[in-house]
Amino acid sequence: MLSYVLRRFAGLIPTLIIIVTASFLILRLAPGGPFDQEQTLSPAVRANLERAYGLDQPLLSQYLVYLQHLAHGDLGTSLRERDFSVNELIREGLPVSAALGAAALLLALLAGIPAGIAAALLHDRAPDYGIAAASALGLALPSFVTGPLLALIFGLTLHWLPVAGWSGGALRYLVLPAVTLALPVAATLARLTRASLLEVLRAPFIRSARARGLGPARVLLHHALPPALLPVVSYLGPAVAFVVTGSLVVESVFGLPGTGRYLVQGAIDRDYPLVMGMIIVYAVLTLVLNFLVDLLYGWLDPGVRRA
Amino acid sequence: MREARPQAGAGLWRQAGERLRSRWAVRLGAGALAVLVALAVLGPWASPWHADAIDWQHLAQAPGAVAGHWFGTDRLGRDLFVRTLTGLRLSLLVSVLATLTSLVIGVTYGAIAGFAGGRTDEVLMRGVDVLYALPYLFIVIILTSLLPRGSLAVLFLALGAVGWLTTARIVRGQTLALKRREFIEASRALGVAPPAILVRHVLPNLIGTVIVYATLTVPQMILFESFLSFLGLGVQEPRASLGNLIAVGAQEMSSAPWMLTVPSAVLVLLLVCLNLLGDNLSDALDPRGH
Repeated sequence: MLSYVLRRFAGLIPTLIIIVTASFLILRLAPGGPFDQEQTLSPAVRANLERAYGLDQPLLSQYLVYLQHLAHGDLGTSLRERDFSVNELIREGLPVSAALGAAALLLALLAGIPAGIAAALLHDRAPDYGIAAASALGLALPSFVTGPLLALIFGLTLHWLPVAGWSGGALRYLVLPAVTLALPVAATLARLTRASLLEVLRAPFIRSARARGLGPARVLLHHALPPALLPVVSYLGPAVAFVVTGSLVVESVFGLPGTGRYLVQGAIDRDYPLVMGMIIVYAVLTLVLNFLVDLLYGWLDPGVRRA
Repeated sequence: MREARPQAGAGLWRQAGERLRSRWAVRLGAGALAVLVALAVLGPWASPWHADAIDWQHLAQAPGAVAGHWFGTDRLGRDLFVRTLTGLRLSLLVSVLATLTSLVIGVTYGAIAGFAGGRTDEVLMRGVDVLYALPYLFIVIILTSLLPRGSLAVLFLALGAVGWLTTARIVRGQTLALKRREFIEASRALGVAPPAILVRHVLPNLIGTVIVYATLTVPQMILFESFLSFLGLGVQEPRASLGNLIAVGAQEMSSAPWMLTVPSAVLVLLLVCLNLLGDNLSDALDPRGH
């Protein structure tokens, strides 16, 4: 197991270096600079600005300086939000985004897996069709449609929950964004759980467990579920990526002060350090969470460890 | 040898076609999709209004028959029926072109990796793994931030440039399997050059897989396009796309909820139809389970 962990971990490092280098090169070599949008600057002012931010240096030394700072955990200064370092902006927004993402994942797991189990056990009966229809709808509805619609129904019409805002992380403000983000993930989890549990329930070892006189609850919990949840665990990696991306939209719909708006606004403004910082933070987050999912998978399925 | 293949292929396709036609979900999905496409192409001409025309007498008019604004108007008095349908047309166009772009890149990349094998394959697929580690849309966001915004060509190229990863993986896997088949070995033994084998024997056998995957990619691309337009990184005003119509609708939903519900309903209907068709098509072509 230890060698598996180390091997997986070592695989992360080149990926990370490639991502850092590629995003640095792409952003620096791109047409259009960060000082393009405002009224045209006089060449002297422009040169001074570029000197102040080190943009007049050769590309290689810019890259080395960036790497050196990165090694110290410093992501640089935002070019637009002059008074803030990228670290400060991220430190401010990340708890909000993390709370949203964690709540959404948890909600999706708690809703999706039981729904999938119920659908598999009641195969080809009314509840199965109901769950299938609900998950088809959950998959087809993008977050930027469900978000405003939920706000319209539960916020503006019924006045049960606030339409937008964060208010220091009060639970009431987290409900609608988390539900919006969780819906498609829950739908996918329900489908996966249903399909894989149905397949396992048909397997000979389940039949022999039943033949030995074990009760339905014991067969389900001890024999059928553990192998049936393997494909569900492997979906958690893509689910993490989905939640991270989806949080961009959900944060913008509900006006949450998370990190998503920095990436979007940074991209619009061509604010290199901000976009780079955000991409690296999101990439590290996705890689680490995928790494943890891999470990979980290796722990559940010994065959994977040896491969 | 050339006799046996087409026959087996036709058998599979005919069987799949029969299975598809007998399902009510497929008929419903295909019918609704045909109506949507027809509306997107012809609908805007049926209305007395133009997508950019401003009707000062009817600003933020609710849906109804008033002055021919069947779906109402937006805050600027532009007809929502026409704007939604031109938006639908644009979303369809961008997503189909993006899918084609991603197929061209993905099939070429995957076929070369699978056919070359060895070191080349390892390096090429390692690159795909790295790109997989980043969420798709971040790469699109980087690309749209680098290139001039608002150009449709940039939009579908950017979407196509990141959508090819899964296609490349599937095609590589299929190519690896095909490479070991007897008819490929035979043509190699006959002295056919590798590029010719690739074009003449490998690619034609990939068509089925590619078509299935394409039908699943189109709704993805529609989703990505509207996602970007919603965030303000895709199609720009005054041009309408389903994504930016929904974005404006979300801001106006307290006073003019139809501005949100009309484009949302069209988008959801479109996605449901495409998902229904894609799922059933891949099901029907899957020889297991029948």
